[in-house]
Amino acid sequence: MQKALAIDAGKCTGCKQCELACSFEHEGIFNVVRSRIRVFIFEEEARFVPYTCTQCDQAWCMQVCPVGAITSDPMSGVKSVNAATCVGCKVCTIACPFGTINYNAGSGKVEKCDLCGGDPACARECPTDAITFIDAGLAGYAKMQDWAARTDTAPQAAS
Amino acid sequence: MSWTKKILRVNLTKGTCTSEPLNMDWAYKYIGQRGLATKYLIEEIDPRVDPLSPDNKLIFATGPLTGTAASTSARYSVITKGPLTGAIACSNSGGYFGAELKSAGWDMIILEGKAAGPVYLHIENDQASLLDASPLWGTSTWHTEEWIKNTHQDPMMRVASVGIAAENGVLYSAVVNDLHRAAGRSGVGTVMASKNLKAVCVRGTLGIGVRDPKAFMEAATKAKKVLAENAVTSVGLPTHGTQVLMNVINEVGALPTRNAADVQFEGASDISAEAMREVRRTDGKTNLIANQACFGCTIACGRVSKIDQTHYTIVNKPEYWHASGGLEYEAAWALGAATGVNDLEALTYANFICNEQAIDPITFGATLGAAMELYEDGLITDEETGGVKLNIGSAEALTTMVELTGKAEGFGKVLGLGSKRLCEKYGKPELSMSVKGLEFPAYDPRGIQGIGLNYATSNRGACHVRGYTVASEILGIPEKTDPLVTDGKAGLVKAFQDATAAVDSAGICLFTTFAWSLEDIAPQVDAACDGEWTVETMLEAGERIWNMERQFNLAAGFTGKDDTLPKRLLKDAAKTGPAKGLVSGLDKMLPEYYQVRGWSTDGVPTADTLGRLGL
Ligand code: SF4
Repeated sequence: MQKALAIDAGKCTGCKQCELACSFEHEGIFNVVRSRIRVFIFEEEARFVPYTCTQCDQAWCMQVCPVGAITSDPMSGVKSVNAATCVGCKVCTIACPFGTINYNAGSGKVEKCDLCGGDPACARECPTDAITFIDAGLAGYAKMQDWAARTDTAPQAAS
Repeated sequence: MSWTKKILRVNLTKGTCTSEPLNMDWAYKYIGQRGLATKYLIEEIDPRVDPLSPDNKLIFATGPLTGTAASTSARYSVITKGPLTGAIACSNSGGYFGAELKSAGWDMIILEGKAAGPVYLHIENDQASLLDASPLWGTSTWHTEEWIKNTHQDPMMRVASVGIAAENGVLYSAVVNDLHRAAGRSGVGTVMASKNLKAVCVRGTLGIGVRDPKAFMEAATKAKKVLAENAVTSVGLPTHGTQVLMNVINEVGALPTRNAADVQFEGASDISAEAMREVRRTDGKTNLIANQACFGCTIACGRVSKIDQTHYTIVNKPEYWHASGGLEYEAAWALGAATGVNDLEALTYANFICNEQAIDPITFGATLGAAMELYEDGLITDEETGGVKLNIGSAEALTTMVELTGKAEGFGKVLGLGSKRLCEKYGKPELSMSVKGLEFPAYDPRGIQGIGLNYATSNRGACHVRGYTVASEILGIPEKTDPLVTDGKAGLVKAFQDATAAVDSAGICLFTTFAWSLEDIAPQVDAACDGEWTVETMLEAGERIWNMERQFNLAAGFTGKDDTLPKRLLKDAAKTGPAKGLVSGLDKMLPEYYQVRGWSTDGVPTADTLGRLGL
């Protein structure tokens, strides 16, 4: 079974525990600018929106990489960057339609979400369940159920 | 670790920014933030200094847990000698600014001297410089934040600034960061403006390390679980914010109402957390839009509100139609119960203005409450108010006066002095509901006896977040005590005050202590930092900090005689509710408090006590 991050922005409070967890998992320190998941805060509307790579099948980043530094794991579907191979040309950052693969000037390589090898730290630390790690085929299931619950099932008047 | 071990010293007179190493001997004794910055302040200024002179200093300080994955790691404090009180001032704020400062590599910023003209401090990691703020002078904190982000083309920059009120000498101006989080009390913003410093903006990309990452994550995760399983921190605060208290405190007869003439407010439910969630008849929407967390906070008690667009305050002002910081309990009490106003939308508008112009809503509301009493007694005239009727309960008076105070115009200038100076001016000093010049907040000492002792002895003047015995006396945390009795309160107050000093100094939020004790906090500090951090060493540091602050105040000219309460609380009994017939029993508690503190009968720490604490 492939698993995916399911993001329900409506539950997010903007606490950034996910960013802290991500940077700690990958860098060993707390540094939100190095997080591969980012929470955007739209103050005037009080909206907090977590955003990260969805591990898309098309994987434009992988397709354009000239040195084959990005690979796909056939079982999990995760696209990861092999830092040793990456030459820092940034073509993948241009190709990705969502902006979720980014260059790190410190290392000279690109970085993206790799689902932490199967136990994403962001989902683990999110206190509100705005981020969960679930069966990729059922990512919309909770929302579907939510809407289903609102369906009017009272007998309709004859038209 | 997890101090950055670096201090940024900014001399505004000379225009210099220099880096210096943190004094680690002091860090081990005073932890960080409140404790450590107070130590620096005391070592560097004359306690008798005029708070608004260039010789006073202003310190922005983070704690060792600030910016880490410890829950509620947002906190920073602004420490100085306060202009409203003349006492030690230390005001704590959340949002995102504190973590950003730490991630830029600084434990604290010490600001000294006075700039020749308006400047702002720009920090990008180890680079710091003073830039021209003349285009910002005379503008609000909201404009300042937007202008700085645009000018530096950096939406991720974090900004802490002062508003027009501070520039014009309103004595209780705050420092506001992230639009609606504030280092609110004692006039720390007024000191900042007196130095011609409009804002501090910071971008930090260095990150924060901890001593033992694995042990730290274990301790932090365990502690977060405690918050997630506690009803107050996992349900009460996220759902209702601190406003969860409005109806509760009113019911126990401890809601100071109309300048503390009463202890219950018939309009309490109209301005409560529940009212904020109710659908308005006017526009079909709710006042509360969302709850927002500060950096790293797994509680998320922050309120975000939208004012009813049809309300008289903003019907012609689209610039206030967006969401912004909503009412927290203390603000709702001060703007509402203390003034007798029960119009939730008017309160929310006043709160927006307090954030926009950086005014402490507690002191503002309490001062307006006193002015309303003076007005109704005929001591303040229509001529002085510019024709505004300052009647108790008038929403128009509230919203007009908050605007005037923010701009420091008309009668707002008088209100900007705070209640102590206002009531003295009209020959009625006893009508100021303050201790050491600071107005007490939303708990009446007649109905909650322990909090009265805490107000009387709090080092920054009357304050709930120096020793929140309400947790025990009303909520039963960690143990229930009877709010109506004075027995045992001396020890209770001391325990809360010392623990709070330690919690603040660690760089986390006091609200964690609805669920956490130092047993949950010490392991996080210990795993993050060098040194030995146990419940005992943290408590001892807390007591040391308390006594150090006390010594500063004594040197500044305060004595045991200032450890008192307004006459109204000591003489006029509560008229209704469970505390009916009671006054504050401060006289019964204070001598015992001095004793448990190891102070002389006139409130001076003995040589033994100072020696024991290494002071
Ligand atoms: S941890 Fe969860 S609630 Fe917090 S910012 Fe991330 S997604 Fe939002």
